[in-house]
Amino acid sequence: MKILVGIKRVVDFSVRVQVKKDGSGVNTDGVKLGINPFDEIALEEALRIRERGTQAEVVAVSIGPAEVQPQLRTALAMGADRAILVETGEVLQPLMVARVFHELVKRENADLVILGKQAIDDDSNQTGQMLAALWDRPQATFASKVELKDKTLMVTREVDAGLETIEIDLPAVITTDLRLNTPRFVKMPDIMKARSKPLQVLKLEELGVTAAPKLEVTSYAPPPQRVGGKKVEDVTALVATLRQRGIL
Amino acid sequence: MNRILVIAEHDGKKLNPATAKAVSCALAIGGEIDIAVFAADAAAVAGSAAKLKGVKRVLNIERAENAHQLAAALAPQIAKLAKDYTHLLAPSTTFGKDVLPRAAALLGVQQVSDIMKVVDAHTFERPMYAGNAIVTVKAPAMPCIVATVRTASWQACSEDGHAEITAAGTDAAIPQHTRFVELKADVSGRPDLQSAARVVSGGRGVGSKENFAVIYKFADKLGAAVGASRAAVDAGFVPNDLQVGQTGKIIAPELYVAVGISGAIQHLTGIKDARTIVAINKDPDAPIFQVADIGLVGDLFQILPELEQELDKL
Ligand SMILES: Cc1cc2nc3c(=O)[nH]c(=O)nc-3n(C[C@H](O)[C@H](O)[C@H](O)COP(=O)(O)OP(=O)(O)OC[C@H]3O[C@@H](n4cnc5c(N)ncnc54)[C@H](O)[C@@H]3O)c2cc1C
Ligand SMILES: Nc1ncnc2c1ncn2[C@@H]1O[C@H](COP(=O)(O)O)[C@@H](O)[C@H]1O
Repeated sequence: MKILVGIKRVVDFSVRVQVKKDGSGVNTDGVKLGINPFDEIALEEALRIRERGTQAEVVAVSIGPAEVQPQLRTALAMGADRAILVETGEVLQPLMVARVFHELVKRENADLVILGKQAIDDDSNQTGQMLAALWDRPQATFASKVELKDKTLMVTREVDAGLETIEIDLPAVITTDLRLNTPRFVKMPDIMKARSKPLQVLKLEELGVTAAPKLEVTSYAPPPQRVGGKKVEDVTALVATLRQRGIL
Repeated sequence: MNRILVIAEHDGKKLNPATAKAVSCALAIGGEIDIAVFAADAAAVAGSAAKLKGVKRVLNIERAENAHQLAAALAPQIAKLAKDYTHLLAPSTTFGKDVLPRAAALLGVQQVSDIMKVVDAHTFERPMYAGNAIVTVKAPAMPCIVATVRTASWQACSEDGHAEITAAGTDAAIPQHTRFVELKADVSGRPDLQSAARVVSGGRGVGSKENFAVIYKFADKLGAAVGASRAAVDAGFVPNDLQVGQTGKIIAPELYVAVGISGAIQHLTGIKDARTIVAINKDPDAPIFQVADIGLVGDLFQILPELEQELDKL
């Protein structure tokens, strides 16, 4: 079985992102970048499927500039068998990313694609669902538990009402939620080994994917700031303040 | 003229209040508004949907396959209905997030996620980077605009409408590759986290599943829903559906009480729109105090019982 995993490079989750003064974008100069946390979980899940004894090849895929190669090397060090970089200088939106993945799925004859539920930069939460639609295959979004049984998967999903379980046939798309697993740490010898693993670079134009319609981003603004910071001395003062505000 | 289709969210019996918020967004866009109810038996839900302000028609799409709101089943039906509309909206809940991008891709449309504000019929504000940037995006008008509505940014519309209820159908083929197995839902009987006026959340500071009883007790005293930080959910103190934040529920209650929560960026994203934030934390430097309207430094196990006593005096 062949598993494709999405690896998107994003601004690290601990960074409080700042909007540029002129509203043209956000400041990424000198900001720490890394693998989207949900994508580390996606890769970890693929590796666990393989380690549980299923014959599987795990392929890490990133779409982005040449500079995302370190993130793919990290994915290889975690345990992916090989990596594909679809190189483009443009920032692609989810429908286009889904089209690229669809093309790769066909070329690679993939059985399973595991993506993050959302990229923590654009917070779109769309790509996996879109890929499943284009591919005409099942989707199991927000997965917190995945069980592989022959040609089907039992997936538990984190939904607003609680936990939903669905059964889906392979091939399929899964998107990960945070509680699916805890990704492993990369060990030094694995980093060395990863250097010799195959990393294929394809130019976006070579793939022959039709450009998708896009949203035009016209401006960026900082969110309205909350002015907090007031403290009260004790419980009596807290209740009094709540009463003043008409809450109690 | 704009023709807007809102996808109703429901559990087969009741209309989810998030639908009324998506209708508010539709009213801000302006135009003729219809609601689609996909269900095995739509009657009860359609009755509530018909009362939402400004809705012209409620379309009941009744099929056995629609009983469990599976994205793979609904998306092809939504895509077929969409050709009569300029806009397709759903609330940005796990339901809307699951189904709408699938429909958008079938239509070849790049979706707008989490509309916070309507600038004009094609231009919207939405959050990125855990809410640290608000972007204005313009969506191509053709073939239609597909968008989810960030529920915390919208008030529910009023319920004084009288829409016409009609049966509708599509000849969309429904795939068999996805099967519902079960839903383990929380049946606490407490107010719903996403629509409650008051919410009390506990974090890692609460310490254990057993200790969370103090949070439940205090919440019950206030008539509040209970929420939690991711750390509290991960540690197994409470079920996942209580998580508030970037990757949990984004809420906008009148009162939010954060107890033993440090105030990580990802948590704050979920509560930015709360009217009043109260923080109780023993660390005076916890970042939660920077956004809290009222902060109280101290041990939660001491403060909560005292607070309950004070409330009893009112
Ligand atoms: C991609 C990603 C997404 C995430 N999404 C979310 C999300 O949706 N929601 C979310 O909440 N987090 C999310 N997180 C996690 C987030 O970064 C924090 O780790 C988490 O919010 C911390 O939870 P906490 O405040 O309960 O725990 P801590 O940060 O450990 O804080 C515990 C607090 O309790 C206080 N405390 C301890 N004992 C007491 C006591 N007796 N009385 C009073 N105070 C006490 C401490 O002073 C401390 O401030 C996400 C992280 C990532 C990487
Ligand atoms: N440029 C990209 N390269 C690789 N994977 C991506 C890319 N963009 C999105 N993805 C995948 O799609 C998921 C959801 O992204 P989004 O729909 O943008 O929130 C991510 O967690 C990734 O797994």
